[in-house]
Amino acid sequence: MSLSVRNLQIAYRTLRGDVQAVDDVTFEVADKEIMGLAGESGSGKSTLGNSLIFLEGRMRHVGGTVDLDGKALPISNYRAMNRHRMRDVSIIPQYAMSALNPTKKIGSLARDLLKARGFHLADVLPEFRRRISLVGLPDNVLGMYPFELSGGMRQRATMVISTLLNPSLLIADEVTSALDVSNQRAVGELLTEFRDLGYVKSMIVITHDLSILAQIADTITIMYAGKLAEKADASTIVDKPLHPYTQALLSSLPEVGLRYEDKELTGIPGRPPSLLDVVSGCRFKDRCPFARDRCRDEPPFVELLPGHQVACWKASDEVKGLGGWAHEGAAGSAPSIGRAGGEVEHPGGAEGPGSERPGDANATALAPRVSEGLEAPVGKGQP
Amino acid sequence: MSDADQTAATGTTGAPLAAGAPLAVGAPLAAVSPSATAPVASGAGKRKVYSGGRRWEFLYFAVRNKKLVIGLSVEIIFVLAAIIGPFVAPYPPKQFVAPAFLHPSWSHLLGTSYFGQDVFSLLLDSLRESYLVGFLGAAFAGIIGLAIGFIAGWRGGWLDEVLQTFTYIVVMIPSLVLLIVIGAYLKSHSAFFEGVFIGVTTWPWVARAVRAQTFTLRQRDFVDLARLSGKRGPSIVLKDIAPNMASYILLAFILLFGSSMLIAVNYDFLGLGPTSGVSLGDMLNLAELWSGLQLHLWWWFIPPGAVMTLMVAALLVANVGLDEVFNPKLRET
Amino acid sequence: MTRYFARKIGLYLLAFWAGVTIDWAIPRLMPGNPIAAYVSRFSLNSQGPWTALYQLFNKAFGYNLPIWDQYWHYWDNLFHGNLGISLYAFPEKVTTLIAQAAPYTLALLVPAITLSYVLGNRVGAMAARRKALDNTVLPLGYLFQAMPYAWLALAAAFYLAQIERWFPVQGGSAAGVAAGFTWVYIWGLVSHWFLPFLTVFLVSFGGWSIGMRNLVIYELETDYARYLRALGAPSRLVRRYAYRNAVLPQLSGLALALGTVIGGNIVTEVVFQYPGLGHLIYTAATDQDYSLLQGIFIFIIVGVLVANFVIDIVYILIDPRTRLSMQGAAA
Repeated sequence: MSLSVRNLQIAYRTLRGDVQAVDDVTFEVADKEIMGLAGESGSGKSTLGNSLIFLEGRMRHVGGTVDLDGKALPISNYRAMNRHRMRDVSIIPQYAMSALNPTKKIGSLARDLLKARGFHLADVLPEFRRRISLVGLPDNVLGMYPFELSGGMRQRATMVISTLLNPSLLIADEVTSALDVSNQRAVGELLTEFRDLGYVKSMIVITHDLSILAQIADTITIMYAGKLAEKADASTIVDKPLHPYTQALLSSLPEVGLRYEDKELTGIPGRPPSLLDVVSGCRFKDRCPFARDRCRDEPPFVELLPGHQVACWKASDEVKGLGGWAHEGAAGSAPSIGRAGGEVEHPGGAEGPGSERPGDANATALAPRVSEGLEAPVGKGQP
Repeated sequence: MSDADQTAATGTTGAPLAAGAPLAVGAPLAAVSPSATAPVASGAGKRKVYSGGRRWEFLYFAVRNKKLVIGLSVEIIFVLAAIIGPFVAPYPPKQFVAPAFLHPSWSHLLGTSYFGQDVFSLLLDSLRESYLVGFLGAAFAGIIGLAIGFIAGWRGGWLDEVLQTFTYIVVMIPSLVLLIVIGAYLKSHSAFFEGVFIGVTTWPWVARAVRAQTFTLRQRDFVDLARLSGKRGPSIVLKDIAPNMASYILLAFILLFGSSMLIAVNYDFLGLGPTSGVSLGDMLNLAELWSGLQLHLWWWFIPPGAVMTLMVAALLVANVGLDEVFNPKLRET
Repeated sequence: MTRYFARKIGLYLLAFWAGVTIDWAIPRLMPGNPIAAYVSRFSLNSQGPWTALYQLFNKAFGYNLPIWDQYWHYWDNLFHGNLGISLYAFPEKVTTLIAQAAPYTLALLVPAITLSYVLGNRVGAMAARRKALDNTVLPLGYLFQAMPYAWLALAAAFYLAQIERWFPVQGGSAAGVAAGFTWVYIWGLVSHWFLPFLTVFLVSFGGWSIGMRNLVIYELETDYARYLRALGAPSRLVRRYAYRNAVLPQLSGLALALGTVIGGNIVTEVVFQYPGLGHLIYTAATDQDYSLLQGIFIFIIVGVLVANFVIDIVYILIDPRTRLSMQGAAA
C-alpha cells in the first residue's frame, strides 16, 4: 500500500472563520495506481492534494494521519516534512507554468534544489537529460531561462524537476486545465508514462475534468464539499456510478458522438454548500433529486461493492436491494429541492434566484468546463 | 486558483505598490520590474471591479485595517486643523504679538519667534498652504502621468517611443536644480505656480506605471470584446481600462500627495516657494535665515518639520493599509 | 548588444541636449532682462554710464547676437570646457569653482546613496522575514521617509552639534587649519562631513528598506517561491531568490530617485553650509550669478547621466531578461 490517508481533516483559515476544507477523509492509493481526484471548485480536492505535501499559510492540519510506504508523513510539521518533500512526495502545482524562478536558468534552479536536498546535479544529469527529451523539450533547455520557453514547455520542465528524485507519490494539481485539448491528452499520456517508467510510484491527479481522468486514471475519487463521495475503478465510475452527485457530474459531460440536439446538457442545479457552516447529514442533500429524511444523517463512506466505496444512503439501499428511492417529481426535470436549498444556503448573497439557474457561471462551477468540453462534439454535430 | 483560495482572493492590484525608491520620487508602482508589470487584476475579467458585494467587502476590510484607520485618522486631524486653524488660532499669525524668543508656555504653546510671532498660530496658518501645494502637485502630476501613461500604453508604436523618451528626459533633469535656475530669474510666483511646477516634474513614475498596466490590460479579453463591439479607443481606456486600475490610481495619488508636500518643503526652505506664502517650509526657511539654530529657538523650527513628517507618514501608513485592503495577498490574517 | 547600447546612448545624448537647451533657454525666456539685472547691481545713478555698461555686458555675454548664433556659441563654449566667469567670485572661472565644490558633494552623495541602498535593501529583506524587526523597521522607515531633508538636517544640527557639541555645526573643514595630509585636517573634513551625510543617508535608507521589505514580501508570495517551498527548499534558498528578484525593481527605482536625492542634498548642504555644489548653486542663485548657475546645472545633468549609465550597466549584469533581449536585438 503506497499511500494511506486516515480521517484527514484540514481546515482553511478565512476571514469569515475556519473552513473544514477536507473533512474526515479516508482513502488509499496503491502502488502503481493513478488516482483521479475530481470535484467542483471549492470541493476541497486541491486542499486535500496540497495538504499531503505542503500546508500553506492558511491551511491547518486538524486531525487524521497520512502514511506513505508504511511510514507516517508529518504533514503538520513544516520542517519535519521537508525531509520527505520532493524525495517521497512531490507535486506538479496548479501554477506549474509560473513555478520556475524567472531569473534563474532551469539547470541552475534544479542544481540549487537538488543541493538543498543533498544531491548533486552532476549525478542525475544524464537522467535529467533523458527525461527532458522524453517530455519533448530541447536538450539545451537546462541553459535557458523560463521566459525563453512557452507556458506548456515551462509546465513540462516543472514536471521533470518535480519528479527528478523518483518520489513515491506525485500530486498533479490541475495540470491539464490551462491546456488545449490536444495538449491535455499529451500531458495525460506523459503522466501515465512517468508512472510506467517508474519515475513515480503512484499518483494523485486532481482535476475538475472527468474526461481526462477517464483516459489516464486507474481509480477515480469524487469529492464533494470536503467529503469523499465515491471511489471506484475509473471504468466503474464512468459506467456505473452509484452516488447521485457522480451521476449528475457525468450527465453534465458531453458524450463523444452524441449530437448536441439529441440530448440537452445539464449542469447541476444549485451550488455546493458553504463550508463555513456545514449542514448536518449528507452534504449533497440540498441539491440531490433523491433526498429523503434519512439523508439528515450523515452517510458513511463505505465499500458497497468490491473496490467501490460510496457515501450515500440511496446507493447503500439499492446495492442491498432495497427500493423506495424513486425520483421525486417528473423524471428529467430539474429537481426543485436543489434550487430551494441553494437559496437558503447563501444568506446575504446579492444575487437573485435567477442566478441559480443551472448553467449560470455563478451557479455551478462545472458549467465552464461543460462549455469547454463541448467543442469537440459540437463540431461533430454541426457539419 | 486553488479551491479555498476562491473565498479569500478577490484581488485587484497585483504587484505591491511600494516597490522601491524614496517616497519623494515614488517609483513605487511598476517601475520596470517583471513582477510589477504583472497582473493588475485577478478579477479583471469581470468588468466592474467594485460592484455589489465587492464594495461591501472593501468596506469590511477597510474599517478593520488598523493602518488605514490610524493613518486616515491622523491625516483627518491635520486637515481639520488646516481648515479651522486660522479661526481658532490664539493670535494673528503674522503679527508681532509678544516679545521675541519666548519659550513655550501656556500663553504661547510653542513660544515665539525671532520677531515675536506666536509659533503655534503660525503653525496652524501654515498647514493650509502646505496641503494646497501638495494637492495641486499631486493633481497635476496625476493628470499628466495618467494621460501620458494611457496614451503610450494604449497606442503603442512610435507614439509610445516618443512619450517614453520624453518621460526619460524629464526624469534626467533634477527638478530642484531646475527650479533654482528658474527661481533666480523669476522674482515672484504663487502657490499655484509651485503646485504646477511640482506636478510637471514628478509625473514620470506615474506615467511609467500606468503605461505598463495599460499594456497588460489591453491584451485582456474584456478589452478585445469592447474593441470588437466598436467602441473607440478613448472610451475603452476611460470606461474599461481605467476602472480596473482605480485602486492603483488612488494609491498613486496618495503617494504623489505626500511627495508633493515634501518637495514643497525643499522649495520653500530655499526661498523658492510662493513669494508671499506661509507654509511649513517657509517657517523652516525663516528659522534658518534668522539664526534660529544658533539661538536655540528649537520651538520655531522643530514643530513645523515634525508636523510635516506626521502628515506625510500618516499618508504613507494609510496608503499601505489601503494597499492591503485592495490586495488580499498582503492582508494579515 | 550594440543596438541596445546605441539606443541607450542615443537617449543619453538626447537628454543631454535637452538639458543644455533648457539651460540656455531659461535666461532668454524668463521675463525681465538678465543683463539689465546685472547692471543694476552696480548702483549707477546716471543714465549714461548705465547704458554704456549695459552695452558692454550685452556684448560680453553675446546677447546682442542673433538668437541662433547665441545658441551655437553656447555649444561651442561648452565643448571647449568654457562655462564662463563667475560674478560672485570674480574673476574665478565657473569650472574652477565647480571643480572645488564637486569633491565635497560627491563625498556626500556617493556613500550616502550606495550605503543607504545596500543597507536599506539588506535591512528591508530581513524585516520581511522577522516580525520583531519588521515592527521596528517599518515605522522607523516610514518616519525617515516622511521627513523633510531640511528639517532632519536642522534637527541633527541642533541636537548633535549645538546641544551635544559632538560635531561642528557648519562648514566643510576645520577653520584655520591648513589643507594638507594631516590628521587635524582630515579629522576636520570627516567631522564636518558626517552630519550632512547622515541626513541624506537616513531619508534614503527609510525609502529603500520599506521598498525592499514590500518587494520581498511580494516575491515570497509568488508561485516560484511557493513551488520551492513545496519541494522542501530551505527558506534560505527561497529568500535568496526572492531577494535577487526584488533587487531589480529597486535598481530601476534608484535611477528614478537620483533627482530627489540630489535635491535633498542641496537642501542639506545649505543647512550645514557645506561647501559642495548644492551650497554653491544656492549661493549663485541668491547672488544672481547666472553663468555659475548655468554651469552647475549642466554639470549636475552630466552627473545624473553618468550615474544612470552605471545603473543601466549593473541592471544588464544582473537581469537575464534584459541581457537576453539585448542579444536577441543583436541577432
